[in-house]
Amino acid sequence: MNTPANPLSEIVPPVLVIPSPADEQNDPYEAGKPDSPRQLVLGLLFGVGLGFLLQKGGVAKYEVLMGQFLLTDFTVIKVMLTAICVGMIGVFSLRALGLVELHVKPARYAANIAGGLLFGVGLALLGYCPGTGVVALGQGNYDAIAGILGLMAGSYVYAETSGYLSSTIQKIGNRGGIMLPDLLGMRLAVFLALFVPLQVLGLLVMAQRAP
Amino acid sequence: MPAESGAWSPYLVGLLIGLLSMATFYFSNKPLSVSTAYARLAGMVGNLFARVHTENLKFYQDTKPNVEWGMMLVFGMFIGAIIAAVSGGEITFAWVPALWDSRFGSDVSLRLGLAFLGGVILAYGARLAGGCTSGHGISGALQLSVSSWIALACFFVAAVATAHLLYQL
Repeated sequence: MNTPANPLSEIVPPVLVIPSPADEQNDPYEAGKPDSPRQLVLGLLFGVGLGFLLQKGGVAKYEVLMGQFLLTDFTVIKVMLTAICVGMIGVFSLRALGLVELHVKPARYAANIAGGLLFGVGLALLGYCPGTGVVALGQGNYDAIAGILGLMAGSYVYAETSGYLSSTIQKIGNRGGIMLPDLLGMRLAVFLALFVPLQVLGLLVMAQRAP
Repeated sequence: MPAESGAWSPYLVGLLIGLLSMATFYFSNKPLSVSTAYARLAGMVGNLFARVHTENLKFYQDTKPNVEWGMMLVFGMFIGAIIAAVSGGEITFAWVPALWDSRFGSDVSLRLGLAFLGGVILAYGARLAGGCTSGHGISGALQLSVSSWIALACFFVAAVATAHLLYQL
């Protein structure tokens, strides 16, 4: 299924064929070591940028997020898909240059599906996601306060059940940090060469049909 | 281009968020992710009231409840949102969103109660799925993570169904 670095690599741009470092899956950001002051300042600055952009994009407005789920307003998908597409090209290019490493979350199929469905129900009830909730508060939507307290409570409830979950549902379909090309048995380069244009096509169709 | 839902074009905002996520990988060696910050914050509150109990929970042994990069990110987002809303004249000062009001009325306690419940379900789901709209939806998806694309599809399906139950029945 995995076909890394095969003879074709000579004719493919180097951008897409650098193999992953062996230790890439060991996520240092989960390690519990305190962050340096520099990292804390960077986190704050990146946050200011992200919060600013989400507000300007309008995606922290209740009506816009609910409009997405009622399929009347496609702003959220446009923002997300553009960000995914640009970030995908950028991060894989930086990685090919050896400048960044990936942090792929482990696939645990049962937990991903059950958690994802629960998340969707909560998302439509609250009308803000964890990120846009804090942005909504910043732009003066005070109902986000209740949402944020709920997010903290729900996180603690999860922690209460985390021991049980890790020995049950999180063991089902545990596949580690696999990526879409692994799943399809494709080389990363080939997958990206197909998937990126597909996303651009999706954006173009949306611009046409749901301006 | 017709009037957008936000002050800026969604494509421009998406482009800039994409560039921002490249920057977090390069400068901080971290993907953008938000929801864990709420869990750490909840753990800090838990430490105030039941320290031993909180420290013994499996989740908080893996994810230490302390101020780190992600929590600073969320605090920064709050500041960034204020700057953007003030500069664009979009500060709302509202307890109940207009769309909610038109469907469920202006009762503040109903909105806050269901927003709290929504937050609880949202956070539980995010932790179980392993991330939220940013961690899975943007950072995970752009890394082609299988778990993230599965989670993202589930977020969307369940949210579309729930939104239709709330507004279309």
